Amino acid sequence: MNREELVSLYRQMVLIRVFEDKCAEMYAKAKIAGFLHLYNGQEAIAVGALAALRPDDDLVTHYRDHGYALARGLDVPAVMAELYGRSGGTTGGRGGSMHIADVSKHFWGGYAIVGGHLPLATGLAYAAVHHKTDRVVLCVMGEGSTNIGTFHATLNWAQLWRLPVIFLVENNQYAMGTALSVHSSVTEIYKKALAYDMCAERADGKDVLAMRDAVARLAERARKGEGPALLEAVTYRFRGHSMADSDVQRPREEVNEQKQRDPITMFLNDVLFKQNLIAQAEVDQIQKDVEAEVEAAAQFADASPEPELNTLYKDIYAQSVENMQVDGSLIRPATVLSRNGKHG
Amino acid sequence: MAEITYREALKRALREELARDPEVVVWGEDIVAYGGGGAYAVTAGLAKEFPGRIRDTPIAEEAIVGVAIGAAMGGVRPVVELMTINFALVAWDQIVNHAAKQHHMFNGTINVPMVMRSPAGFGRTAATHSQNFDAWLASVPGLKVVEPATPYDAKGLLKSAIRDNDPVFFIEHLQLYGTRGEVPDTEYLIPLGVSDRKREGKHLTVVTWGRMLVETMKAAQKLATEGIELDVIDLRTLRPMDLSLAIESVKKTNRAIVVEEGWRSIGLGAEVVASLQEAAFHYLDAPVARVAGLEVPMPYARNLERATVPFADDVIAAVHAMMANQY
Repeated sequence: MNREELVSLYRQMVLIRVFEDKCAEMYAKAKIAGFLHLYNGQEAIAVGALAALRPDDDLVTHYRDHGYALARGLDVPAVMAELYGRSGGTTGGRGGSMHIADVSKHFWGGYAIVGGHLPLATGLAYAAVHHKTDRVVLCVMGEGSTNIGTFHATLNWAQLWRLPVIFLVENNQYAMGTALSVHSSVTEIYKKALAYDMCAERADGKDVLAMRDAVARLAERARKGEGPALLEAVTYRFRGHSMADSDVQRPREEVNEQKQRDPITMFLNDVLFKQNLIAQAEVDQIQKDVEAEVEAAAQFADASPEPELNTLYKDIYAQSVENMQVDGSLIRPATVLSRNGKHG
Repeated sequence: MAEITYREALKRALREELARDPEVVVWGEDIVAYGGGGAYAVTAGLAKEFPGRIRDTPIAEEAIVGVAIGAAMGGVRPVVELMTINFALVAWDQIVNHAAKQHHMFNGTINVPMVMRSPAGFGRTAATHSQNFDAWLASVPGLKVVEPATPYDAKGLLKSAIRDNDPVFFIEHLQLYGTRGEVPDTEYLIPLGVSDRKREGKHLTVVTWGRMLVETMKAAQKLATEGIELDVIDLRTLRPMDLSLAIESVKKTNRAIVVEEGWRSIGLGAEVVASLQEAAFHYLDAPVARVAGLEVPMPYARNLERATVPFADDVIAAVHAMMANQY
């Protein structure tokens, strides 16, 4: 990678960190509601992984998806507006934090049922093969999802049909608040893929270049038809599971120790400064620019109107059928609807 | 026009759509090798005609449905066979949380053009293999649910379901696969969401679907000899449900019975009854009645099984009671 590319990785990680901190601030101010899962501490994984892929490679993630949205280059104000539940959001305020998506950028969405998106990603990989493209699919999950049946059913299928999908497991060592050793009989997560004869690797999820290299290697073999792979990225969340998590279950010493290995400062010190690729002035400028960008995104979100009520029934179905009512969602006939004066 | 089985009608629909559109693929458990094509032989022989497009899958319903959803998102048109509707419960998360949600939750940017075919009903298969989940499925916004009763409807509706851009759950019935009916040799489609009058009559309306249409028609024939003419409405599609014919019919006959195989309480029949009284209360001479399955886990024993689900005699008894003003 050249200097510009390396600095870009740094900038993306800073953008995610600043964005997530702003989200936490706006959650406290009740601008954002519901579940809000922040990515602080895990930035190197999304940034490194997506740097290794083509823009037309498909991306499917878990609900901790802001980092992937930003690293994939989604419109920052639109992502923030989605969190605010506004019409200017990535899906017009319908999905919120856990369901960011932009199909035009091959980001097929964040998904909020643990493990539920794994077969979807595998199906997209089938579609890539069916249409004779050489696209690969990146499917991101937390280590907690490796215990659910769908994980095993999907890995078996993906390997059986040799589909071009990379299962990227972010092992942040806690499934919500339950420690890895309490929830999984196998604590080296990558080993679970070996049961399906799948190529499996483990990498330091705090090292953006290690992540980039691993994903590049696995994507290349998948693109050549050599089949799926599972990559375990060992990492740590710097915040609780979600904003609703008081985070009392993780030992303070452990959290503080993990924060000493911050993926952003590690990359800055160990790579960019060490190789004289960046000066402090540029670092300061990046920080300033990113903060301004995120502030502008928050202002955009705040100004974006709520979705129109009359869009509520829009797009429940892609195709209407004969006799379908105004919205297609109700099974009662239109005569009843109009008499009740509802939903008209 | 030749008389063929419900099973053969389904196969012809699959064959025609596979030949028409290279995006159509058919996946399921034991649909290629086992017995030459499927637990109920619907796909028999198709794998030879369409190499690579009919595939056996692992026994993993959540993956069968989920991988099909992903493939559909990517532009493929998968038709998946779930060996029985009871196994659909293993895939419930995929059906309800994923297939049904994608289009709306992602603001119309993602389509899921797929069909899930699966037989409901009983056949001496005991409690976990004899169920009807029409009410559950039809309660979910985002799903379309179809349940054809005749070979003619099965073929025309399956072809429409495959061409539809939404996830369609296509409910078949174990007892219907061997039933016969006239099916044209030329291509035709039956639109989703359109109910059908299967028999014209002036005395009493029966609203039904699936296997219970067959039983209702037997009952109607018998009742006709007594001078009671049933107006029989087959819903065919359960979501979106077209009740226009049923309402029109009730306004004419002033009496209605809803006939379903599934459990009575909180069943689909309850929804039909509610809708009929909302739309035609002042036309009704009697409360709308229900003939439905008994609310017990299905036993294996033959006599207990037959006592659990309705047959023509149950329809006849309900009609007699209503005509005698016993409701």
